[in-house]
Amino acid sequence: MKEFVASIRKEFLHIFRDKRTILIVMIMPVVQIILFGFAISTEVNEVRVAVCGDLSDPQVDKIVDRISHNKYLTVNMMISDPEEIEGLFRRNMADVAVCFERNFDKELRSSGKATVHITGDGSDPNTARIITGYVTGVIQEIQTEITASLTGGQQVSMSPVVQLMYNPAMKSSYNFVPGVMGLILMLICSMMTAVSIVKEKETGTLELLLVSPVRPQWIILSKMMPYLALSAVNFASILLLSHFVMEVPVNGSLLLLSAVALVFVVASLAIGLLISVISSTQKVALMISGMGLTMPTMIFSGIIFPCESMPEILQWFSDIIPAKWFIIMVKKIMIQGDGLGSIVKELSILTGMAAVFLAVSIKSFRTRLK
Amino acid sequence: MDNTGLNAMEIRNLTKRFGRFTAVDNISFHVRKGEIFGFLGANGAGKTTAMRILCGLSRPTEGEGTVAGFDINREQEKIKKHIGYMSQKFSLYPDLTVKENIRLFGGIYGLGDRKIKEKTVEMLDMLDMKDVRDTLAGCLPLGWKQKLSFSIALVHEPQIIFLDEPTGGVDPETRRRFWEMIYEASMKGITVFVTTHYMDEAEYCDRVSIMVDGRIAAMDTPGRLKEKYGAADMDEVFRIVAGRAKREE
Amino acid sequence: MYSIEIDNISKSYGKTAAVRDISLKVETGEIFGLIGPDGAGKTTLFRIMTTLMMPDSGKGRICGLDMVKDYFMIRKKIGYMPGKFSLYQDLSVKENLEFFATLFGTTVEDSYQTIKEIYSQIEPFRDRRAGKLSGGMKQKLALCCALVHKPSVLFLDEPTTGVDAVSRKEFWNMLGRIRESGVTVFVSTPYMDEAALCDRLALIKEGSIIGTGTPSSLVKAYPHRMLSVKAGRMYPLLKKLRETPGVISCFSFGDSHHVAYDATRTDSRSIVEEAVRAGFPDCTAKEITPGIEDCFMQLSRKWTTQD
Repeated sequence: MKEFVASIRKEFLHIFRDKRTILIVMIMPVVQIILFGFAISTEVNEVRVAVCGDLSDPQVDKIVDRISHNKYLTVNMMISDPEEIEGLFRRNMADVAVCFERNFDKELRSSGKATVHITGDGSDPNTARIITGYVTGVIQEIQTEITASLTGGQQVSMSPVVQLMYNPAMKSSYNFVPGVMGLILMLICSMMTAVSIVKEKETGTLELLLVSPVRPQWIILSKMMPYLALSAVNFASILLLSHFVMEVPVNGSLLLLSAVALVFVVASLAIGLLISVISSTQKVALMISGMGLTMPTMIFSGIIFPCESMPEILQWFSDIIPAKWFIIMVKKIMIQGDGLGSIVKELSILTGMAAVFLAVSIKSFRTRLK
Repeated sequence: MDNTGLNAMEIRNLTKRFGRFTAVDNISFHVRKGEIFGFLGANGAGKTTAMRILCGLSRPTEGEGTVAGFDINREQEKIKKHIGYMSQKFSLYPDLTVKENIRLFGGIYGLGDRKIKEKTVEMLDMLDMKDVRDTLAGCLPLGWKQKLSFSIALVHEPQIIFLDEPTGGVDPETRRRFWEMIYEASMKGITVFVTTHYMDEAEYCDRVSIMVDGRIAAMDTPGRLKEKYGAADMDEVFRIVAGRAKREE
Repeated sequence: MYSIEIDNISKSYGKTAAVRDISLKVETGEIFGLIGPDGAGKTTLFRIMTTLMMPDSGKGRICGLDMVKDYFMIRKKIGYMPGKFSLYQDLSVKENLEFFATLFGTTVEDSYQTIKEIYSQIEPFRDRRAGKLSGGMKQKLALCCALVHKPSVLFLDEPTTGVDAVSRKEFWNMLGRIRESGVTVFVSTPYMDEAALCDRLALIKEGSIIGTGTPSSLVKAYPHRMLSVKAGRMYPLLKKLRETPGVISCFSFGDSHHVAYDATRTDSRSIVEEAVRAGFPDCTAKEITPGIEDCFMQLSRKWTTQD
């Protein structure tokens, strides 16, 4: 046990003496959160709205008027057929399309229900999500006014049907917070662990560790500890940032969220270990974790592309990325406020992955050199 | 400086400081054309630092001098073009073939295509390596690698060649064969500036200097040094001179 | 009593054989030198003996324990200093030493007597990072770390490579004193002049042992007579001597040439006379006993021609 404590102490010394790395590791989540948040908030200015509907219809006219007076939205064209929307998006002539049902006013008066389609350009899903959400907000605001103005005080509902073209499934906003969390934890745990073990291979110190009577498991476990601690710090800083800066609150249980993160961290550490077993130099370890882990995590985390708009084979591939399951769970717990019941499937998959990776990596870690 | 003078290298009051640490402390020496000059010193005596300046890789803090007729303060790029450099640690790309290595270094030193072709043929012929010209350099036996990298360091016909521990870890016969190549080069008028940890190799030099704590503590022919210190061989001379070192890097 | 006994050990990487059929016996309490150039297979042999690697074939016992089966027990009993400086450069002298002491379940205080002599030389720098030490001090620290658990066999893979002549001398003095405390020392080196300092030697070339014995028995077995020849123009003389009849080999050794000759065909006087006739009037020769380096060169040539 003494050996284990000494090894952990040594690992912490390594990290604290490497000022540059620790700085990057601590600042990375902050920068990423702010970067993604900032990128999103700037993009919703000057939104170009294409309108499809009958302007002689009084309610339609009223809504369009309201939209065009909004400081973020500009109605830049009228189209006669919803079929044209796709072409507009393709030529990048509009960011969002609002289509009113035929006889909008009449439907509203007679049945109290009318449909308005809001279509966003899903090729940039994050922005599209913000924009459609915004337009929806404007329409819902008018809805209350219209209800009040209609005689008889009859409750009317304009049901806005929001749809993202190229990305039909609507996702919750602030998608990037769970994504960044997945990415950062993955990076810290797998990449750093892998590199730190391979580094000892390169400098030859691993030889000395191996010829000592210390069981390799202890060496490995001691290497994981500092990164476990670092990821806890990062986890906390991401949560704090998203709460105070991005205003994404933790709606569900913080305890559950932490537990899920712990499972994910263990899986990532095990992957890091596995990489270190395969690679002989730090460069190889970086390549494998960069190409094999970070890129897929970026792609499947929803930061850049929504998974749902991917070809089936890629979606299938995304199932083997642990980060995907973690991100789904974080979204459910953090944004939707769901409890344990709704993440049973994802949690079991991730736990299974962690167990398998851990078993394989400890088994394949040799007590000898190749 | 005078290119036609007798000296391939003239160094006066060379000093290099890193912060408060003086790595090279006011050294002066000259190396005659065609001379084999052994540059000895204990680890941390400032050998590497001095050698970097002489090769045009670093600027001195103080002092002046010329290497191959070019000023060490102002004409570093010209120095690099007119010297050859070989070290045991890096000299060939193991994943390129013999021919490709020659081509590459010929190109690096600015030889024209035709000249490179000529040189390649000439070199393969001289080294008797025609049969292995398409072999990866990494697969050659150590002795061959050394011969090849030595010839490659001479591909642009430099006036001076710097050899940084060229024979470390090599078997005794290969080591001696290598020194025979050095002699051949020296007889053609090429100045050889060499560092080594093998003290018997110090005997093969025309003159040696021994650096201690950033200064040149002794410099003369091996014969006169042995006489001066009453030593049987250079190993003993070195131990007497370098044994007085005070600093530990 | 043997501390190391290995039988017919072989190991290849892919198609290249690194170690071919090596058998060695090392007695307890002796300094055993493994002498050979880079790439001869020294490091591979070390890794096999220190249980870091499995041999492809052959077996061995270290401290009486089976190399493969009892590897874990062996690890407690041996000290190993790899060829490359393999300590933590970002940890201080003290931190490195304490870490390795703990790994072996001991403390620096407990083994202070064992390492005192060496450690006292680097103790003034105990708070300095290992990466900032000079070559000689790094080597002392590495030796301390390898000795800190009082091993009975010490494996040193090229401890003096890249170390200057003064520090090398000091290092061998330390090894002598370590041996006196009863520790078996198995050391490799590419420097032939260090061979004379070992109790027994094995000469290794391209994975094979080409000769073993005490330094004096190796020299005794040298089959030719040897001259040390000098003249003013050394390099032309070398070429001339090689062409002289009866001369088997000629190589430069420091300030003279070592000439091995066939005593049945020529003698010292006729070799000198031949040189004088060829334009080396100041040529002198003296009969000498060959050194280990001469032996190595002779054995390695014999080995190459046999192969």
